[in-house]
Amino acid sequence: MPRAGHSLERPWNDSLERPGDAAMSSLLRLLFAPGFFASSPVHVALAVGGIAALVSGVVGTFTVLRGQSYSGHALADLSVTGGSASFLASISPLWGFAGTGVIAASIMEMIGIRQPRGRDLATGIVRGAGLGVAALFLYWDTTSTSTTGATVTILFGSMFTVGSSAIPLVLAFGLPALAIIAILYRPLLLSSVSADVAAARGVRVRLTGLACLIAIALAVSLAAVTVGAILSTALLVGPAAIALRLTSTPGRATVTAAVIAVASTWIGVVLAYDSFTWPPSHDGWPVSFFIVALIFLGFLAAQLTGRLRRVGG
Amino acid sequence: MFAPFMVNAWVMASIVAVIAGVVGFFVVLRGAAFVADAVPQGAFAGATGASLLGINTLLGLGLFALAGSLGIGWLSRRARRDVATALILVMMLGLGALFLSFTVEYSSEIFSLLFGEVLGVSTTEILPVVILGAVCVLAVLLLFRPLLMTSLAPESSAAAGISNGRMELVFLVIVALATSLTLPVVGALLIFSLMIGPPAAARSLTARPLAAMGLSVVLAVLTVWVAIAASFETNWPVGFFVGVGGAVCYAAGRLLAWLRTSRN
Repeated sequence: MPRAGHSLERPWNDSLERPGDAAMSSLLRLLFAPGFFASSPVHVALAVGGIAALVSGVVGTFTVLRGQSYSGHALADLSVTGGSASFLASISPLWGFAGTGVIAASIMEMIGIRQPRGRDLATGIVRGAGLGVAALFLYWDTTSTSTTGATVTILFGSMFTVGSSAIPLVLAFGLPALAIIAILYRPLLLSSVSADVAAARGVRVRLTGLACLIAIALAVSLAAVTVGAILSTALLVGPAAIALRLTSTPGRATVTAAVIAVASTWIGVVLAYDSFTWPPSHDGWPVSFFIVALIFLGFLAAQLTGRLRRVGG
Repeated sequence: MFAPFMVNAWVMASIVAVIAGVVGFFVVLRGAAFVADAVPQGAFAGATGASLLGINTLLGLGLFALAGSLGIGWLSRRARRDVATALILVMMLGLGALFLSFTVEYSSEIFSLLFGEVLGVSTTEILPVVILGAVCVLAVLLLFRPLLMTSLAPESSAAAGISNGRMELVFLVIVALATSLTLPVVGALLIFSLMIGPPAAARSLTARPLAAMGLSVVLAVLTVWVAIAASFETNWPVGFFVGVGGAVCYAAGRLLAWLRTSRN
């Protein structure tokens, strides 16, 4: 049973033989622990994590622009409900995650109030009720199968236990999210900057908002399955916030956010693989910790350089 | 249901509900739902860290809740508040995941910290909660006017010589304190239902601040009592009933308010 943080179970430890080539430079060996490129769980993690990060980065730009970080976070938590339900029904968690996400997004938009304050409240209420139900499902999960690990798997996710069979599913959820953003790029941007102007130009603001929220739901449920429900917020908000601080146009920000998200995910995977030899447990540090730490440090750095530039200019 | 071993549960839960009702009133008023949501989850990471180091869980909770609150306050002066809150939250959760990976036995304890464990409260646990809870409620009552003014009319309160920044800080510290007290009882994921459901309902029922706060306390206490009773009968987790109860409060409040306006 996968456990929290121990995302690095050791399926590839058998293949831990050094690629014998002495030609492999010692620098490379320092960066990538032996066996990194030969390990198939790592390949899957890089692929699945990369797709999830890409989608989160792109969708995240609009999340941050529209001030919907909280909705994104709540949707990620709510997909926990779906995840625990799918454990009960023993279907693929991704279906549970994404299905609940889309339903919750619709409810939030339905009771949503226009001003951010009311919206936060509505988001919070839906989230609280959803998590209550999740608690019940998890309780049934754990009493019916006595696997307490289910709770932790659902909450923290485990990138290294996602099988390669998940890749088509991940694409099936990721592509619609990207498509929504691509198709609605201009109206979304317009209604994010000023809802009134957008409405005057004939944009259907509520419908656009709902579509955006569904894209967010798809993105976070995707990330929830790979890096964990709780930490998917990091991929959604972090890279986008950094990118918006560093660039001046929304288009550039979207691309930069995607690049930062993918880069931090991949570096996180590399570090997590390396951390096998680290104290205290020699069991690997959680990959989610590395990803979040990278993003957080990146955000602090971006804030600082932004301030310096302002002072300098 | 009222057997001796349940007495502590009732007492503890009632105290927690009073704290949540009082503090939650300002959470709703200030539109700080995300902060009130993030601090408990971040504090949960502190509890796992404390259990790793073998120190008092309440201390770990308190330290992380405080650090998280102050971090949010500090960072939101530089970035958008929702972004700052989200990033501080995920960083603390990342640390929590790291701590969890270092410990071996956690599953049941973690579950109870996330979703609440009211039935196993011992008498020695009640006293610190009573004292700190009293401090928390007293602080809110003493600062009621400035808190209210900065929440409702930041511009005019600045003109009246009340520092908005300082009151925000005070508010964040109060949220942190309330969080660390209530977390072990209702759980990290659901405190916040208790902190916003009943106060939001109260707010939609009455416009007078003190009456709304009183009503919010009453509703919170009722929610918790119903939740414990139901949990005792069904053996389902308390968190489920609290989460759903919070939403029911809010829905009922909105419905009543809507009925009243449509009748006029």
